[in-house]
Amino acid sequence: MNGIEYFLTALRSIGQNKVRAILTTLGVIIGVMSVILLIALGESAQAYVEREFAIMGSNVLIITPGRQETTGMFPISAGAHRKLTYDIAKSIKRKASGVTGVASNCIGLAAVKFRTRERHVLLIGTTPDFEGVRQLYTQIGRFVSQKDVELNNKVCVIGTTVKRELFGDQQALYETVSINSCKHMIVGILEERGMALGIDLGDLVIVPLPSAQQMFNMEGVGEILVGARSQEDIPIASAAIKRIIKSAHDNNEDFTITDQDGMLKTFSRIFDMLRLMLTGIASISLLVGGIGIMNIMLVSVRERTREVGVRKAVGATRTDVAMQFLIEAVTLSVIGGLIGLSLGAFGAFVIHFLYPNLPIGISMWAALMAFFFSLGVGVFFGVYPAVKAASVDPVVALRYE
Amino acid sequence: MVVCNPMTNESQDSFIRVKDITKIYDMGDSVVEALVGVSLEIEQGTYVAIMGPSGSGKTTFLDILGCLSRPTSGEYWLKGQKVSDFSEARLAQLRNHEIGFVFQNFNLLPRASALGNVELPLLYDGVPRRERVRRARESLEAVGLGDRAHHRPNEMSGGQRQRVAIARALVNQPSIVFADEPTGNLDSRSGESIMMLFNELHAQGKTIVMVTHEPDIAQHAERVISFKDGLAVKDVWQRKRENQS
Ligand SMILES: Nc1ncnc2c1ncn2[C@@H]1O[C@H](COP(=O)(O)OP(=O)(O)OP(=O)(O)O)[C@@H](O)[C@H]1O
Ligand SMILES: [Mg+2]
Repeated sequence: MNGIEYFLTALRSIGQNKVRAILTTLGVIIGVMSVILLIALGESAQAYVEREFAIMGSNVLIITPGRQETTGMFPISAGAHRKLTYDIAKSIKRKASGVTGVASNCIGLAAVKFRTRERHVLLIGTTPDFEGVRQLYTQIGRFVSQKDVELNNKVCVIGTTVKRELFGDQQALYETVSINSCKHMIVGILEERGMALGIDLGDLVIVPLPSAQQMFNMEGVGEILVGARSQEDIPIASAAIKRIIKSAHDNNEDFTITDQDGMLKTFSRIFDMLRLMLTGIASISLLVGGIGIMNIMLVSVRERTREVGVRKAVGATRTDVAMQFLIEAVTLSVIGGLIGLSLGAFGAFVIHFLYPNLPIGISMWAALMAFFFSLGVGVFFGVYPAVKAASVDPVVALRYE
Repeated sequence: MVVCNPMTNESQDSFIRVKDITKIYDMGDSVVEALVGVSLEIEQGTYVAIMGPSGSGKTTFLDILGCLSRPTSGEYWLKGQKVSDFSEARLAQLRNHEIGFVFQNFNLLPRASALGNVELPLLYDGVPRRERVRRARESLEAVGLGDRAHHRPNEMSGGQRQRVAIARALVNQPSIVFADEPTGNLDSRSGESIMMLFNELHAQGKTIVMVTHEPDIAQHAERVISFKDGLAVKDVWQRKRENQS
């Protein structure tokens, strides 16, 4: 008997009890489906975060007031600390090496009004370097200039969403809007940028730093963004910045420098761990699925003792019988794997449909892994029932009522 | 009726020759001696009936002859080969090529069609599908079931089922057919027609060894061997080989 015959025999015997076959492979179906989905989700989340960080500009250092004890995510401010100031930002730009630009930001929420239309937006008070550091350029008009900052000009740059919501198809440039009841002239409109980390980069208004400080009644600056020339310059720039601020703060390190790439690495580490964990959980469910197959195969061997006896009586060898049952188990498992794979792909499709922003897809290696994993599960858990079937004594089997 | 001494001829080239066959079932706390030392020979082309009271070891003996089980001790020669020394794989091959087995309870695969059941021995002989189907059909036609090829066992009468089983036993053209009470589960009419089939087989020159309880059935055989308590106690030739009807 050859491989194809074994396979056909296995298919026939699976086909004789389809419902049970599906129930048998349910564990494998769910296992493979979850492996596929979890891997896809993990990869998509990682790709998403990486893409978002790229949109936010690369090689950026973020200085925030307050000490942060551990390296990692966003700073948690604790205790008294000095404010960061525009002067410090200027001296960083003057003295620190490897720095391409320094932006001083004051960020808050504000109501922007044009005639009768009003919109609550993210308001960023900043300095001219922001444009280059954050890589957020104007499409029409100009960005906030050095003069605007020095003279406290009441000008603003608006994002595309704000433009659309307040002006529709009308001209917006050189119109005057009131921001928190303070009149500002629009001098520029940002280019379309979409979303980054859940923030609509078109739904913001940028004003010169002093104007925002006035509006929010703040003296210092909320954060200083420093653009480093390259990845390699980040440590040098970071050290220089630390020195400069410490000397201005009586040698106190009451501020935090966050490196965007460092954050990205932290994210990656978290994702790797998450993926490992999820894969572990999914593997356990695959294992359970395999045990399910073994269980049903063992029951099946008992039920089909007579069948085995008949086959042996007409000339089936132990190998023939073992192969028949083994291939049946493997076929069940692989069918389960393929169903799980399709369901996982379908799930990914649904997620993509619901969240078009998530770059989700089934990677080739995940699909191959699912296939070979279910094959392996079938072989591993099929061997024992197959050996059991092969060792059935035909006489006992045939007289067994 | 002619009574012969069954244990005179020791020639190696006897078709079937068993010597001091025993079969002991070890049940743990007790031991069942199903066969306690059977020696006999069967010539090619003979139609043998095995009779005897229940539990006398007839089935046990036939299973050993049919290579379904091995004797605990003793020698079994088939066509000059010492089968009692064969490996399991060679026994399987022997069951496939040389032996057709017919059971009292038919032992068909319930979910396979008549054709599928008859194909089985050919499947394990590696016969290609097309030829398998052709030969299985021929075999079914030979037992008068050409029109039932796609029926499942539960869609057939007992007599028809037994015919399927006989078609299966014959499909690989074995030289010997063993039957263990083939009419035991049938009414007398279907039993009689099954017996006609066996007579035909015998006429074709096949060796037949059949276990039966019924003297009527045993009438068809040339030689009747009686078992008692695990021994062949009587061996009777009841008529010469002649043309069957
Ligand atoms: N698998 C087995 N395990 C233990 N004892 C067995 C086994 N098979 C048969 N025996 C015993 O061996 C003896 C012979 O049994 P066997 O089936 O050969 O009798 P038989 O002559 O065919 O009887 P019957 O006419 O009722 O079919 C009996 O005592 C039986 O109980
Ligand atoms: Mg019996």
